[in-house]
Amino acid sequence: MLNSLSNYFHKKQRLRLVALLTTPVLWLVVAYLGALAMLLVTAFFTIDNFTGNVIQEFNLGNFQDMLTDAAYKNVVLRTLGIAISVTFLCSVLAIPMAFYMAKIARPHSQKILVALVLTPLWASYLVKIYAWRTMLEPGSGVLDWLLAPIGIHSPGFGGPAIIIGLSYLWLPYMILPIYAGLERLPNNLLDASGDLGAHNFYTFRKVILPLIFPSLVAGSMFTFSLSLGDYITAQIIGGKLQMLGNVVYQNFSINLPFAATIAMIPVSIMALYLYLVRRTGALASM
Amino acid sequence: MTISRNARLLLGSLLGVGLAFIYVPLAVVIINSFNASKTFSWPPSHFTTMWWSKAIENTGVREALKWSIFAGLSATAIALVLGTCLAFAVSRYQFFGREVISLLVVLPISLPGVVTGIALNNAFTKQLGMSTGLLTVVIGHATFCIVIVYNNAIARLRRMGTSLQEASMDLGANGITTFRLITLPNLASALFAGGLLAFGLSFDEIVVTTFTAGPGIQTLPIWIYNNLFRPNQAPIVNVVAATLVVLSIIPIYLSQRLSQDTTTGGRF
Repeated sequence: MLNSLSNYFHKKQRLRLVALLTTPVLWLVVAYLGALAMLLVTAFFTIDNFTGNVIQEFNLGNFQDMLTDAAYKNVVLRTLGIAISVTFLCSVLAIPMAFYMAKIARPHSQKILVALVLTPLWASYLVKIYAWRTMLEPGSGVLDWLLAPIGIHSPGFGGPAIIIGLSYLWLPYMILPIYAGLERLPNNLLDASGDLGAHNFYTFRKVILPLIFPSLVAGSMFTFSLSLGDYITAQIIGGKLQMLGNVVYQNFSINLPFAATIAMIPVSIMALYLYLVRRTGALASM
Repeated sequence: MTISRNARLLLGSLLGVGLAFIYVPLAVVIINSFNASKTFSWPPSHFTTMWWSKAIENTGVREALKWSIFAGLSATAIALVLGTCLAFAVSRYQFFGREVISLLVVLPISLPGVVTGIALNNAFTKQLGMSTGLLTVVIGHATFCIVIVYNNAIARLRRMGTSLQEASMDLGANGITTFRLITLPNLASALFAGGLLAFGLSFDEIVVTTFTAGPGIQTLPIWIYNNLFRPNQAPIVNVVAATLVVLSIIPIYLSQRLSQDTTTGGRF
């Protein structure tokens, strides 16, 4: 019986494909795309101010509120600023680290260094942000204790803390693609540049940077887009500062349609960013 | 390659700074779990293992750990089945909409967690009339875990090719026997790595969980979050945090030993 069933399936290629696809596609389309579509539709609804119930009437009121209120414009700009700063800080930290790992470290220590960079990816997200809370605590934090002798003080909780925290979370995602890109970069290119009289920094600017640009873009897809939607980091070390995710979170229980409207902002920015990245062709050469 | 000694030194020390940036906070978490002071004080004046024994006895932590493991295992099991099916379909067949599937599968992990979270909550509670609980948590987690298994499986399937299966069938094995004796053993380590990554992702997830768990269920991240700002729970939170830091070495060790193409978190 089993044998004939198996033979039957082997002959019917289409049937096998349908059997493979049905459940996972149904799952993703119903449980995920369906839910997303519902949320998108909800963004055009409003709530009854007295009962708090969602009124299912199509209108653009939420979008008008969002665009006319300067407070939301500020949150968008602040979130963008944070995401860009995080991407920049991660790049600056990651490039020399990845360069040492790929070009200077011996093969054996190379493996260890990669493991060292990867390990924190598995440490819990919350634990890492909590760690920065103890680091940044003004007055009694570890940073103040560590850096007070050289006259540097903790920035405390707020925008700079969020940038440090998010950079800390996403740094491995930036190091790894750059490391992979540098590994592929032939050493003789650097030698040639040196032989032709270029200084280290000149070689970096004119040879290395253009060639690892696709890796930087790949890393930025993580550092930039993961930062855009985050709200927990801001809650724990952001002080009173709010990011887009916090506005969505707060509106979720009191005004779901408006939360849905705000949620469209990071999604649209990410879609736009992805589109721009595709146009530069940086991903095709990865 | 010739890199001057000064450049080497500079780059080496920058690497050191970077590694210090990565590891000092984690070290602080571990040291802090032995800090005798009940309120946060740095540097610790006395050390104790008292908080560790208290944490082990803590029923809240135990409950949360139980929920986390249960949700993680369920979500991983679902993701293993669905992700492997999709990987087979995309790598072995030509069909209309193949590219759309690879986009569809990565979407749940690419969009911000808060968006996925409120979308799922809205769909579950408002549209379908379900109450949030373990089931909704598992559905939510499985949805974004599928991509992890899918990425691992498809990379392996592409590298494997089809010649081994064809040889097996030519020698008279039917489809089921071939799958059992040829395909699955070749795929096993990739599936294990994918399952490990998926479990890790689910175990650590907080945002989607916040919106799908409801009041009855606390996974470990939710427990940590709920107790983060309660001063008298701080020592227990420290111990849980330190445990999670130490435990993160295990999957790295396993995945490094297992396969080369899957150590990056499955997102690349």
